[in-house]
Amino acid sequence: MKSDLVRFEDWTDPVPPAAREVVSRLPEDDIGHPPLLFVPGTSSPSFAEHWLGHAAGRGFSSYALSPRPGGDLRAQVHDTVQVAASLPRQAVLIGHGLGALVVARALGRYPARAAVLTAPVLSGWAVARAFSLFSRPVLPAPAGDPPVLVAGSPDDRAVKRKALDRAAAGYGGAPLLFPGMGHDLMLEEGWEEPIDAILDWLEKQLPMPGH
Amino acid sequence: MHDTPDPGDRGDAVCVVGAGASGLAAIKSLREQGFAVDCYERETSVGGAWNWRHDRSPIYSGTHLISSRPLTEFPDFPMPDTWPDYPHHSKVLEYLERYAKHFRLDQDIWFGMEVSSAVPAGDGKWDVTIRSTGGGSSRVQRYAAIVVANGHNWSPAAFEAPGDFTGQVIHASAYKDPARLRGRKVLVVGGGNTGCDIAVEAAQQATRVWHSTRRGYWLAPKYVFGRPADQVNDRLLRWGLPLRLRQWLYRRTVKLTSGDLTRYGLAEPDHRPYESHPIVNSQLPYYLGHGTIEPVPDVERYDGASVILTDGTKIEPDLVITATGYRPRFDFLAPELLDTDEDGRPDLHLHAFARRHPTLAVIGLLQPDSGVFPLAHWQSVAVARWLRLRVTDPERAAAVQQKESTRPVQSWSRRRVIPTQRHWFEVDHVDYLRSVEGLLNEMGSVR
Repeated sequence: MKSDLVRFEDWTDPVPPAAREVVSRLPEDDIGHPPLLFVPGTSSPSFAEHWLGHAAGRGFSSYALSPRPGGDLRAQVHDTVQVAASLPRQAVLIGHGLGALVVARALGRYPARAAVLTAPVLSGWAVARAFSLFSRPVLPAPAGDPPVLVAGSPDDRAVKRKALDRAAAGYGGAPLLFPGMGHDLMLEEGWEEPIDAILDWLEKQLPMPGH
Repeated sequence: MHDTPDPGDRGDAVCVVGAGASGLAAIKSLREQGFAVDCYERETSVGGAWNWRHDRSPIYSGTHLISSRPLTEFPDFPMPDTWPDYPHHSKVLEYLERYAKHFRLDQDIWFGMEVSSAVPAGDGKWDVTIRSTGGGSSRVQRYAAIVVANGHNWSPAAFEAPGDFTGQVIHASAYKDPARLRGRKVLVVGGGNTGCDIAVEAAQQATRVWHSTRRGYWLAPKYVFGRPADQVNDRLLRWGLPLRLRQWLYRRTVKLTSGDLTRYGLAEPDHRPYESHPIVNSQLPYYLGHGTIEPVPDVERYDGASVILTDGTKIEPDLVITATGYRPRFDFLAPELLDTDEDGRPDLHLHAFARRHPTLAVIGLLQPDSGVFPLAHWQSVAVARWLRLRVTDPERAAAVQQKESTRPVQSWSRRRVIPTQRHWFEVDHVDYLRSVEGLLNEMGSVR
């Protein structure tokens, strides 16, 4: 019987610790926004290039976790939850590509303040290849029922419009779309638009002091 | 609140009693279900029993966890994976403080305030009397529900023996620092985890140590086959081995690790493995082997400077430490609210839900074969879901209550344990969590 409460794997075979690479950009003043934890996929470009600094400029403490080299899905989920729990306040998880799958799984283990899945790769060959998984990974019900946003481009050749719709429907919503962009929203020309829209959505979702 | 005529009526808010691990988990789950929460904590900081600054804390300076980290942490807020397998009590407090801060739970806690009474006010509501811990005036507030998380390891169970003793007798709750043992002749009474820990500390400090136990216990080491013992044990549960086979394996493993303790003069256990609370101590056999701990039987009486044991032996300790445990106490609730019997044992569904008061629940009143935090977490989730369901779907709530009331006690509480004062709330963590999961599924969502 599959149980969400009886977690033998976590109890008997805990994931061994590893040195984790986390880069951060912090705002000058703490204005009460929740911290953001960016989780890239193994082949995602760096969030540190543009988004991290931009989010910090808008008052969000921003952290990006590099995937553990050679880590399987379970290890990456573990690292994400470990870093999230180490932050001073309840964090928002933002994943890209395969990192969105890591975030979707971490949501079952950590009650995030909110979550954003950008260009999410949640099943298919890329998942099978990256994590040697040959069955579709199960997405858990998010702990604490946080708001979850799916964002992507209808012109992304890796994650099709249909996949975006399906992912968003799984969390009871519709995807936020950025036509004309490709898969790497955080790197391409016009990278400001998606991150600004995501931060606007967060500010609207979460009652924050000073707003 | 501005549109409620009575300032003491907190509307749909829920009252939580205590801001230890269980109270913190309760606040968090209730909030996730959208409830306003007022938590009252008699001390001025979080952590309950794990906060050694609290005058009711049972912690002594050498306290470490006896269940390993993965079986102790909250399931949705792991301890750092770089921490040791069995963290020190100061780390556990640090963890609880970080949990409270991370989820901003302290916003809902009123420190230095204690609940002096809670009485049903009709329609599921509760009138809760609160006063500041230092005394002073009290006030009454009305709540939609009350969640009790006042802990069960703070009111010492007295040790009674006839006769007068000219030496010093203290309960383990008053034992804090091994320096107190230095150069003295010490008798430690009690074979539980605390008694064994103190006997070991005495072996390192005192000039002579006697350890008095009423019965033989199964003494598990902290590590077997190089892994924390509870993790190895859970592997057997994961494989679904039947109890009899696990008992056999347990005997074999103890023989191969701790060894035959009757060789040192300890009594043979009068019960099978898994029929009493796990006693986990790797050092006790070591000091028994060195002869620095002398096992002795039960105390019969005091006689001046001497203690007479049940086998007639006369010993002359100058300090007696009674590690005879603690009793749950709910002074602010009339006994019938929790269906408490004459021995002070509440009769609660899943050791959590009051049978006749659907808006009264207790969190953390459990003695599991794992850490308590994971169980307290899922109890809190279930209680918060239940209170929410009562509001949103009373019909379904009634159906759930009807179905749950037919669940046999044996399915969630330990089937067979030795009949002592402490073992009535002993649970097997796997069976217990499966039962709570059953309730969560009844209610429609595991969140």
